[in-house]
Amino acid sequence: MEHYAIEARNLRVYYGDFLAVRDVNLKVAQNKITAIIGPSGCGKSTVLRAFNRMNELVPTARTEGEVLYHGKNIYDDDVDPVEVRRRIGMVFQKPNPFPKSIYANVAWGARINGFRGDMDQLVEESLRGAALWDEVKDKLHQSGLSLSGGQQQRLCIARAIAVRPDIILMDEPASALDPIATLKIEELMHRLAENYTIIVVTHNMQQAARVSDYTAFFNLGEGRAGVLEEFGPTERIFTNPEKQSTEDYVTGRFG
Amino acid sequence: MPKMQRYSPQEAHTAEAPEYTPALLRRHRWGRIWLVVFQVSTLVGVAALTALLFNIINSAFGYVAIENKVAPSALAINGIPIEYLHPVDLTYILRENVSAGLFRKLNRDKPFEERSREEIYDLVIRYVVRPRVEKSWPLFPSLFRRQQVFAEAAEKYPEAQIVFRSWLRPKFLVSPQSSKAEFAGVRTAVLGSLWTIAITILFAFPIGVGAAIYLEEYASDTWFNRIIQTNINNLAGVPSIIYGILGLAIFVRALEPLTSGAIFGYVEDATTANGRTLLSAGLTLGLLILPIIIINAQEAIRAVPRSLRQASYGLGATQWQTIWHHVLPGALPGILTGTILAISRAVGETAPLVVVGASTFITFDPDGPFSKFTTLPIQIYQWTSRPQDEFRNIAAAAILVLLALLLSMNAAAVLLRNRYSTKGTR
Repeated sequence: MEHYAIEARNLRVYYGDFLAVRDVNLKVAQNKITAIIGPSGCGKSTVLRAFNRMNELVPTARTEGEVLYHGKNIYDDDVDPVEVRRRIGMVFQKPNPFPKSIYANVAWGARINGFRGDMDQLVEESLRGAALWDEVKDKLHQSGLSLSGGQQQRLCIARAIAVRPDIILMDEPASALDPIATLKIEELMHRLAENYTIIVVTHNMQQAARVSDYTAFFNLGEGRAGVLEEFGPTERIFTNPEKQSTEDYVTGRFG
Repeated sequence: MPKMQRYSPQEAHTAEAPEYTPALLRRHRWGRIWLVVFQVSTLVGVAALTALLFNIINSAFGYVAIENKVAPSALAINGIPIEYLHPVDLTYILRENVSAGLFRKLNRDKPFEERSREEIYDLVIRYVVRPRVEKSWPLFPSLFRRQQVFAEAAEKYPEAQIVFRSWLRPKFLVSPQSSKAEFAGVRTAVLGSLWTIAITILFAFPIGVGAAIYLEEYASDTWFNRIIQTNINNLAGVPSIIYGILGLAIFVRALEPLTSGAIFGYVEDATTANGRTLLSAGLTLGLLILPIIIINAQEAIRAVPRSLRQASYGLGATQWQTIWHHVLPGALPGILTGTILAISRAVGETAPLVVVGASTFITFDPDGPFSKFTTLPIQIYQWTSRPQDEFRNIAAAAILVLLALLLSMNAAAVLLRNRYSTKGTR
């Protein structure tokens, strides 16, 4: 039996009175890539953000249910959300490097979390891990914003892995990038899965099919709340899905 | 509404649509009319500013008719004019021509042996030669109606010298106040203004920015916080004299031990000490600009994009780390610009400081936050209310000094903003 990196149990997320996602039960395997797909507005990003308590940044958001990280519910009172977010990192849809140098971008997260070791080495490791080192090693002191879109996104990945997370959440990481940069990100995801657990939200089904080991299909349920329709190994979801709605979606009949 | 035509294939590609053409001409005409309206508005604004500037410059330069009580030539020793005399000779002239009491007083203020030649020469001019400006003419007649000016001077003031005087001169900037316009300067007032502004900044900036950070980042949207926000917005529009009355009640009267310096043991003569000090003035102006600083800082903080905060939180940063490392640096250009503009406003405030108790006549430089004070706008106000012509001249010169001060502050705001906004995107 595979060890579960993170597990959602009866997860519900409300924005004010509006129920955005209902009764999600999802087990994410360790060191594998899990894709979350589904039509627009079905709560994919909401579910992703529930995994590292980023929903709490929205004032009206309310979470019910449990999210178990290595068996411990991260929404318990004795759990520090700051530590949760260090261990469960996030890469966003639009690359958002800090307006600082490339070096400072990668180093900042480590420094504020109390890192005291060799920063140069950490920066180099992280940039290598994000397949960016060769391109920027001579210009570490230039602004992070001077890079191209694809490079900026890899910089964001580098700074995420600099704080040594366990799980990396990716919210449509390649949707703002051109096809070549997208390909690079997808290759990177495979390499990252050797050391981290990846959960990626994508609206690009071919990408989900190419990249992921497991796929979760979300759909719009009653009252516009998102529900998890089907979850399983990617190959099965795309070639032999159990539900009709899943088949309709993956064959492009809607969404 | 015109009937929609069906075009034949030959007509369609030329897209002639006669029903739209008159409207097109009308639309362009309205555009031109509004353009003229905006140009006229700009011209009116420019004209008003030019008129203001012209008026001031007109009063600050021009011919003056000066009469000396004692001609300098009469004081020459052995044929040497007084401009070239030795300090010892100048001291001798002074002793021979002023009262014994005045001579002793001048020696007590600063012994003549220690004074430089220029200082003793100034004293000779002031107390022996005693020049008096009989009449001053504004700049416009001085430049363009010279003959009339000279004719009038020859007729009414035959004994007087006619000299072109620039009332804004270096001596004006470094001389303290005086009851004679000829010798009065803005030094006391400028120093008072600078001290006041320093206290205002030290008080209002940290409190204002801190309040803005709390309201934008930490406070939740409860009815209580909404009331606070509304009140701050309203306070920005309260007339400044009300802040003066507030300052009088709180800083001058209620907190008198603090603002007079008594509790610090700073005061030699407890009977004349009171709360009408630079400290009270600075704190009053600080309260005045506090709402403006808060509102402006809030806007600047709000303008920092949410994606930056999310990136920071996503790395496991606390709220304070996010604010300190990302939000504040991003908001800094806006905060600085707004603060400097608020301070420019405070520099020009007169009414609240009159209420708080700016001194009507002081000649010594301020020597700390607990001294009596006057400021540049108050000095200008006092000079314009004197009957003699010359006071209007030096008031105009003082206005030019004030404008120069404000212009340099605004230039500093622009420079700071440019410097920090290019840094931010690097």
